Amino acid sequence: MSHLKSREAILFGAILCLLFVVATRFPAFVAPGNLVAVFTDTSPLMILAMGQMAVILTRCIDLSVAANLALTGMVCAMINVAAPDLPVAVILAVSLAMGAMLGAINGILVWKLSIPPIVVTLGTMTIFRGIIFLLTEGKWINAHEMSPQFTGFPRADVLGMPVLGWIAVLVSIVMLVVMARTTLGRSIYAVGGNPHAAVYTGIDVGKTQFAAFVISGMLAGLTGYLWVARYSVAYVDIAGGFELDVVAACVIGGVSIAGGAGTVVGTLLGALFLGVVKNALPVVDISPFWQLAISGAAIIIAVAFNAQSGRSKGRVILKSAEHAQ
Amino acid sequence: MSLTDTAPRRIPDRLRSPLQDKLVSWESLLLAVAIAIFIVNSLASPYFLNAWNLSDATFNFTEKAMIAFAMALLIISGEIDLSVAAIIALASTAMGVAMEMGAGTPMLVLVGLTTGVLCGAFNGALVTKLGLPSIVVTIGTMSLFRGISYIILGDGAFRGYPSSFSWFGQGYVFWVISVEFVIFALLAVIFGVVLHKTNFGRMVYATGNNATGALFSGVRVDRVKMTLFLLTGLMSGLAAICLTSRLGSTRPSIASGMELEVVTMVVLGGVNILGGSGSIPGVVIAAFVMGLVTFGLGLLNVPGIVMSIFIGLLLIGVIALPRLWTMWRKNAG
Repeated sequence: MSHLKSREAILFGAILCLLFVVATRFPAFVAPGNLVAVFTDTSPLMILAMGQMAVILTRCIDLSVAANLALTGMVCAMINVAAPDLPVAVILAVSLAMGAMLGAINGILVWKLSIPPIVVTLGTMTIFRGIIFLLTEGKWINAHEMSPQFTGFPRADVLGMPVLGWIAVLVSIVMLVVMARTTLGRSIYAVGGNPHAAVYTGIDVGKTQFAAFVISGMLAGLTGYLWVARYSVAYVDIAGGFELDVVAACVIGGVSIAGGAGTVVGTLLGALFLGVVKNALPVVDISPFWQLAISGAAIIIAVAFNAQSGRSKGRVILKSAEHAQ
Repeated sequence: MSLTDTAPRRIPDRLRSPLQDKLVSWESLLLAVAIAIFIVNSLASPYFLNAWNLSDATFNFTEKAMIAFAMALLIISGEIDLSVAAIIALASTAMGVAMEMGAGTPMLVLVGLTTGVLCGAFNGALVTKLGLPSIVVTIGTMSLFRGISYIILGDGAFRGYPSSFSWFGQGYVFWVISVEFVIFALLAVIFGVVLHKTNFGRMVYATGNNATGALFSGVRVDRVKMTLFLLTGLMSGLAAICLTSRLGSTRPSIASGMELEVVTMVVLGGVNILGGSGSIPGVVIAAFVMGLVTFGLGLLNVPGIVMSIFIGLLLIGVIALPRLWTMWRKNAG
């Protein structure tokens, strides 16, 4: 645990350094108002990374989150166009339910048919995007077609921060409690840490992976509504390629791709690191085209760093269990 | 390809399992599907049965299949490379830069292939020297390689490749037989021989089935994997040459999403995504199946993004159906 903690300290230090370097030339960047803006801008990434973390902890990966986000967001926008007076609470419920359902599709395929998660989610990623096209025939839903309450909700200011930012805070707190204080959270760690031992402990590995996919899908669905409402536009390609940023946030935050190791706080810091980089680039006058290469390099460096710090392997004292992998 | 090397990998004993008969006939099943699609297509559209149209159809899969051959070997060995489409983007961009500096066609080809090999070497070194999981490494390099293209090109494009360069993607060797198709056929034979008739091919299977066992049998596992990453990079470079030559321009978004189609082609061809089994003839037939499906749907005016639904369903269905079948048989018997 000690190196995990120090790792988060390193990441936190890196973010502070980054802010300091930018602040020496552009003090306005670290003004409280702008920091809140950066935090809010990073909120979708943080929410998605929370779900992705749960999935990666169980030794799976969910590449369909961005497509899930886009599909659920589009459905929410279409519902809003059809029934503009529907309260936001209903839309939120729909987005959570629909996202969870799409996540459950991934989960069922991984759990019941034991298809490798990467194959399942690569497949559903294209299928979800294709379905958006079938629903809309490629048309956009623009700001003037959405109702003001629909687009206003994530932007509404509460205590100096938009609702979007508060939702990220809420999701983080809930995940913090779920991962540390519930049976499900501990099962997720156990399944990823050692699936064979988890089976001996009486944990259903497949079911836990299924639950992780449902969590990831649910949060992707929620982000779908928030994304569409915040940017007031819905089309086939929204958040294209965003799944890579989400995986990057987790890997940078110290979540081991081999499962079982990673923390909520680390993941949040990983997402914030990417968010600060993204927001700082235009300020220090570097072309936004650099961002893709920087996230790529960050993934590689982070995963190399993770591998170096996790090099100690224990002795195998339990034989492999049936139904584990 | 498993996400971890710490857990012992469970290898179903194919030699004694009833699955074997099915796997042996996977290629023949696929061939039957290909023929069925061919017949359906020729009935559905009057434009299908035309030598030139069919020749055009081959361009739907030749470039992807070039990479799929190398990817098949890589996946059989238990690794995966998701950065192939990004390698195409980077190699194509490198060729564009070389062209701006006045390079001729031979030099462009050299630049394209070298870039591909270097990218493959980068992936391979991270996987074999640092022992990192290939899936994360190549997700990272996928952003990195394409990111470098974006840094160089921004929202611009390279155009004006020399006319002799267009031979690779637009040339014909004989009547309707395109240069790309000939390259595809030659590579199919070469990769088939390498995988099925050489020592190296056996080492690839051994590595994928049980890397530790292979190591103790004297197979230099890391060297095999490194070679396969280099080969995948080289083939991506070759595909970049053909694609750039065919399109006549380079944009940083070139070939985006192609990694998915390549992996689908390999899996459809009967290669086990967890490594250890698969064949080149299967991948060849899978290439034809995917080419015919996309071409047939194209003739029926189905938009590209809807075709991608079919590709996604194909990818999941191809793995799910045999598993459902075994589950059903287990329950029945």
